[in-house]
Amino acid sequence: MATETAKSMEATVVKKKSEDLFSKRRRRLVADPLDDSNPITVQVLGICSALAVTAKIAPTLVMATAVMIVVIGSNVIVSLLRNVIPGRIRIIVQLAVVAMLVILVDQVLKAYFYDLAKIVGVYVGLIITNCIIMGRLEAFAMGNKPYDSALDGFGSGLGYAWVILVVAFFRELFGSGTLLDFPVKEMLGLGFIPNNGLMTNPVGAFIIIGIIIWVQRYFNGYVEDH
Amino acid sequence: MDYINILIRSIFIENMVFAYFLGMCSYLAVSKKVSTAMGLGLAVVFVLGVTCPANYLIQEYLLKEGALAPVLGEEFAKVDLSFLQFITFIAVIASIVQLVEMVIERFSPALYGALGIFLPLIAVNCAILGGSLFMVQKEYDLAQSVVYGIGSGIGWWIAIIALAAIREKMRYSNVPAPLRGLGITFIITGLMGLAFMSFMGITL
Repeated sequence: MATETAKSMEATVVKKKSEDLFSKRRRRLVADPLDDSNPITVQVLGICSALAVTAKIAPTLVMATAVMIVVIGSNVIVSLLRNVIPGRIRIIVQLAVVAMLVILVDQVLKAYFYDLAKIVGVYVGLIITNCIIMGRLEAFAMGNKPYDSALDGFGSGLGYAWVILVVAFFRELFGSGTLLDFPVKEMLGLGFIPNNGLMTNPVGAFIIIGIIIWVQRYFNGYVEDH
Repeated sequence: MDYINILIRSIFIENMVFAYFLGMCSYLAVSKKVSTAMGLGLAVVFVLGVTCPANYLIQEYLLKEGALAPVLGEEFAKVDLSFLQFITFIAVIASIVQLVEMVIERFSPALYGALGIFLPLIAVNCAILGGSLFMVQKEYDLAQSVVYGIGSGIGWWIAIIALAAIREKMRYSNVPAPLRGLGITFIITGLMGLAFMSFMGITL
């Protein structure tokens, strides 16, 4: 008994010295935004610039990757700068960091993936005003160390990515009958079913995301009062 | 006629919320009461109406390819600063929002109290930055960009007031528990978008 407590005490001391690279707390940083505190379906952040590109899967992948790069990058940079950023002008400093990263992503896209960049268009620029990024910077990166902030950004980016990918999957399947431009519907011999034009429209995206939220909340029991 | 056309297009056909998903965060968060939605909508109309032409001037005389040549001489004719678009636009928007906030605080403390935290949030409202980016993409001139800014602001205003009114009434209806709040709001927005689709194709 005594040795056990000693051992556990030793363990806590060791833990304090240097936290495990993937400790429980850090895994939660990544896992929480996937379901319980999902940026889109629970925190209602970042819907602005995302849904417009979800008519097809390919641009959605681009958008999800871009957002993930920007959210991780800005979280790390702001977290490194957190002690030198004056509180009064922090918003504009954060905006400058985010805008710089978005410009980089935009230029890379235009240089190497011009066709996709044309489809995604102004929505890459609108990542700057994506509330997920500002929200994570304010709520997390301003008060935490760089590595934790990177994990937090990764988790939030992932939570965002899966929701918009699910939306894009249904919209492309029902709206165009394809997946990643691969004619799935003809392959399955269901070519006689007409495409649902509503799905390629913004209306389809709103309704699908409403249903996703419905299903997710049915399973995790989260209820909002009016 | 051209201006009326742009106005109608930006309010109804290319509505910021229903056609481009812009400004969704505040659209969903501030649409619980008609009165606050009204105030925020007015602020958005005003800020869009000011930032669009301001950003037009910056784009035209600072960032566009060759825009620096008349001022700094011919060797700058090939300088293209348009990659700095995002950062300059957002800086202009943030400073104008700051200005609007100070003016409202000085002249209408009641409105300032009602808008509270949402005024600074306009700076990161995607509808504002989106308005400027679309204005550049559509190659409007100065007068057209004023009309476009105000028009898309009014479109956003109509959308948020309509949603707020529906949500006020919805308090009396029995929505399934998991769908309550965000879920049903999205579906309502979808249905409203469906209604707005009937304006498609109108030109004057």
